Amino acid sequence: MGVPVRGVRVTKNRSKGRGKAQPKSEMLVKLELQSNPEALCLVRATIERAAEVLHFRDTEARAIVRSVDEALANVIRHAYGGRAGHPIEMSCRKLQPGPQNSAQDGIEILLKDSGVPVKPSTLKGRPLGEVRPGGLGLHFIRQSMDEVEFSRKKGKNLLRMVKYLSPTPLAAASEGE
Amino acid sequence: MQIVVRLAIGGTILDIAGDIDLAHSPAMRKALLLEIKEKKTPKVFLNLEKVRYIDSSGIASLVEGLKASRDQGSRLILYGLSKTVREVMELSRLQKIFEIHDSEAQALDS
Repeated sequence: MGVPVRGVRVTKNRSKGRGKAQPKSEMLVKLELQSNPEALCLVRATIERAAEVLHFRDTEARAIVRSVDEALANVIRHAYGGRAGHPIEMSCRKLQPGPQNSAQDGIEILLKDSGVPVKPSTLKGRPLGEVRPGGLGLHFIRQSMDEVEFSRKKGKNLLRMVKYLSPTPLAAASEGE
Repeated sequence: MQIVVRLAIGGTILDIAGDIDLAHSPAMRKALLLEIKEKKTPKVFLNLEKVRYIDSSGIASLVEGLKASRDQGSRLILYGLSKTVREVMELSRLQKIFEIHDSEAQALDS
């Protein structure tokens, strides 16, 4: 199911990894891109590899790749109006549980652009019952990621997306004991 | 992305290879609408066996093609969807509105 919307921050209900405890993070990769659709295939390859390194399952890795690709496409199309040559920063961090908390391992992706401000109230995907082109990108992101947060700081749009690693069947079984 | 156009019984096959993303979906849209709206091809088969990735702009182009084919009274038939493409169709809940077959033989027989 889709992620419930709460203001500009969107999270999924999860039994673990939530609450006040915040995970530690470690930078995996940082890219400085231009708003050129041709760059998207390079980003997809990078994120796919990062998800693989962090041991995400294939379906989860594809979901992460899809979310980053759709988010970047939205920046190119909407924040920069389809104009090439404008800057986009993407950073990808590994999230790790800290010694004092129970947060889960995961991946955090931050996108930063200097395009027109995003209006959170306009961030609605189209109803899925409708058969018409467009409006699916945001829906894909919300379906795929555990946390999605839009903000604007110092004249830049920021999008933070987080996906936590699902517990392995063995780990889930021992937690239940 | 590459597009190869082949003639088939009763229609045309478009073999698509590569990624259908923001950079390449306009080319697929153009090829699709050329067959449906201008050439008025009665059956347009879209071979997606070699498509590694499709994004929402690619899905939007398929929906536009479907609408155009309905307006023309023709058929748009998809086949050879990979796991990745099927996932995106399911996420968009559009898999039931398209005519989808597993193989070229099944698509041509339909």
